Amino acid sequence: MDRDRRALSAAGRAATVVLPVAFLAVFFAWPLGAILGRGLVVDGRPDVPFDVLTASTTRDVAWFTLWQAAVSTVLTLIAALPLAWALSRFRFPGRSLVEALVLVPFVLPTVVVATAFVALLPDGVERSVWAILLAHVFFNVAVVVRIVGAFWAGLDQRLWDAAATLGASPADRQLRVTVPLLAPALASAASIVFLFCFTSFGVILILGGPRYSTLETEIYNQAARLFDLRTAAALGLLQLAAVAAAVLVSGRLERRLGGGRRRGEAARRPVGGERIAVAVVVLGSLGLLALPPVALVLRSLQVGAGYGLDHFSALAHETPALFVAPWHAIFNSLLFSTAATAIALAVGIPAAVAVASGRRGLDVALMLPLGASAALLGFGFLLAFDDPPLDLRSSPAIVPLAQALVALPFVVRSLVPALRALDVRLREAAAILGASPAQVRREVELPLLARPLAVAAGLAFAVSLGEFGATIFVVRADWPTVPVAIFRFLGRPGEANSGAAMALCVVLMALVAAVALLSERALVRRRPR
Amino acid sequence: MRLALEEIGVVIDGRAILDDVSLEIGAGERLALLGPSGSGKSTALRVAAGLQRPSTGRVLLDGANVTGVPPHRRGIGLVFQDAALFPHRDVAGNVGFGPRVAYLPEAERDGRVVEALALVGLAGMERRDVTTLSGGEAQRVALARALAPRPGVLLLDEPLGALDGPLRQRLQDDLRGLFERLALTVVHVTHDVGEAFAIGDRVAVLRDGRIAQVATPEALWARPADEWVARFLGMANVFSDGEHATVVRPEAVGVLPGEGAVVVAADRDGPVVRLRVREDGGRELEAVVVGVDVPRVGERVAVDVDPRGVVDVALWRPEMPGRG
Repeated sequence: MDRDRRALSAAGRAATVVLPVAFLAVFFAWPLGAILGRGLVVDGRPDVPFDVLTASTTRDVAWFTLWQAAVSTVLTLIAALPLAWALSRFRFPGRSLVEALVLVPFVLPTVVVATAFVALLPDGVERSVWAILLAHVFFNVAVVVRIVGAFWAGLDQRLWDAAATLGASPADRQLRVTVPLLAPALASAASIVFLFCFTSFGVILILGGPRYSTLETEIYNQAARLFDLRTAAALGLLQLAAVAAAVLVSGRLERRLGGGRRRGEAARRPVGGERIAVAVVVLGSLGLLALPPVALVLRSLQVGAGYGLDHFSALAHETPALFVAPWHAIFNSLLFSTAATAIALAVGIPAAVAVASGRRGLDVALMLPLGASAALLGFGFLLAFDDPPLDLRSSPAIVPLAQALVALPFVVRSLVPALRALDVRLREAAAILGASPAQVRREVELPLLARPLAVAAGLAFAVSLGEFGATIFVVRADWPTVPVAIFRFLGRPGEANSGAAMALCVVLMALVAAVALLSERALVRRRPR
Repeated sequence: MRLALEEIGVVIDGRAILDDVSLEIGAGERLALLGPSGSGKSTALRVAAGLQRPSTGRVLLDGANVTGVPPHRRGIGLVFQDAALFPHRDVAGNVGFGPRVAYLPEAERDGRVVEALALVGLAGMERRDVTTLSGGEAQRVALARALAPRPGVLLLDEPLGALDGPLRQRLQDDLRGLFERLALTVVHVTHDVGEAFAIGDRVAVLRDGRIAQVATPEALWARPADEWVARFLGMANVFSDGEHATVVRPEAVGVLPGEGAVVVAADRDGPVVRLRVREDGGRELEAVVVGVDVPRVGERVAVDVDPRGVVDVALWRPEMPGRG
């Protein structure tokens, strides 16, 4: 229909595309190209690094990457499904609070999650496969609850009613109605969790110690610790291919989710035995999810045999672990994240406008950084911006640029649905009533977009604050961010260092919570009744 | 204010949505634009409002060419089918939007809001959240919003389309009263024949992007331009032998006690009963009778057709089959 032709002029449309495309070309395509070049070309001649790819260490690393991701995914599904059931099928007091709390682990920075498990688990287990798997489950429960739960809640209650009138017993209904209907959501959630675990970086680096490494952490080891850029690039190629395959599969699964549901709220109050089941599931899940952060806070307050704020006050003093006093890291993080948010919005807003007006190709391109994994991006930055024409290695500006790239998909994803939902007729109605195009933007579009913009900015800020995988590659030693500082402290022995790491984690957690709360405020205030 | 569409053509994606449409609406006149869905009614309205640029032709307001004038400078009001209220503003914020973007002084703005809400029967609803309004209330607010800037021409795109039953009838009556009281120039789009007859001083019938006929409701009923128009108006007695077409208006078919035909169907609609009678010759006719003492299905009756109700009309064949 003609009304889908947006009010954007041809020139305006072009402008919304040029900036995002240029940004992606310079800060995404070029770094990845640099990895390809370093991996496949030696002294100007093509050279496939078969020796690296077929080495037994590479095989071990690839195998571990694969199986830890698969096992993590299965464990996450098992842990999350009861909660998804309770939250999507039933109404009970405090449900929306529970839903909000369940999301918290997902917005926590990976470094904080990993450190929390160091704090929680007893010595000996704290750096093991088990720690890695548990941390992944903790992290991704929210993903499964969100995707499967939303789908489950949207399923038409009348389908079960119909099955019941046709003679299906409760068990039959679950088996023959629920399971087949949920299958696409389960597959989609599983593929996303798998991708997250496959590219997991901070958790593995911290909890895996020297014994366990994945492709992602091995790239870091080779590049940043052993300075073997060729091996790192070869592993990067492998990771890139694996991730591309995973993204393709998950994209396909996600598309199968569309259509044919969303029939309004089917949730009801639990009755009889359901009440106990729901209570056990909800309280049990919340209790388990609360353990790591609580352990983290307790450990940050633990001084010797007693408790105190010593670790926090120590943040003001310079330590050998960093080149600066730890509080500088907090300042750096806030500064970098502010800049990264500004960049992500400056690129993401026009990009979202372009995607919303129907540029699918751009949509895919914008989501790529999400899949390409932070460490790959960081490594690519390291290779691409090492020398002229763009020598950013010694410039602190490289950090917010990398973080903005990681945050960009989140900005676009949160803005596009809002832009698509903007009713064209509201714009038309305003114009008919005498509003000039500028007035339409100010009086209609901006107020309607204020909330998604606040959410996008909040997300970008939170993601940048917690960003670790890309930052660790490019950050200067004397400009550490909070996650980098935590990592450095954890790498050193002694109670003072681990205490400082715990204290910084608590600070970071508080910052992320504050940002989430602020953008949630924006959400609540403007929620239409 | 007078509105005229002159030889308007609209081509979208190679498809002709409107083809050589000319309409003149005099100051204070109410024109109902009637047609089946997909006939181009809404597009014609969007052209008049300035939301759709015509491929050919001109739009005139009081004789001045406004074809290139953007919607916000035309001074035309438009009521959308499902209200399209601004969800981020309350009732007063919606109704006061036009005066506000025109930078009217605040006191006058408030006066306009109060006045417009009183006109549509929603006095005192200023602070209501628009998302809590019922369908009928929302449509009234949309009407008040369109009236508040005091437009020279008011366009309505199926304003009753989302409503049903008695509510629809009441709003239709209210609309007609309001249009008469304000002496507004109105173009009212609808696919409902009864609504078009009730609202329009004249009715323009649109078919496949072209004007099929423009006439007063009486003239339209008395002399439909062709067999398609007759059928679209709801006339069942349209007979065509491929060369001539004849319409027998149902009220001209008298049904009396006697012989010669049999009642095959009787459908009551309030006081009126539509009868289908089959003459012994095989021809089926629709007749209209009133009251409660009416022939029943299966009864033998005599049929008496008043020749004044028999009209020769033009044949109609779609020029391009499947285009509509």
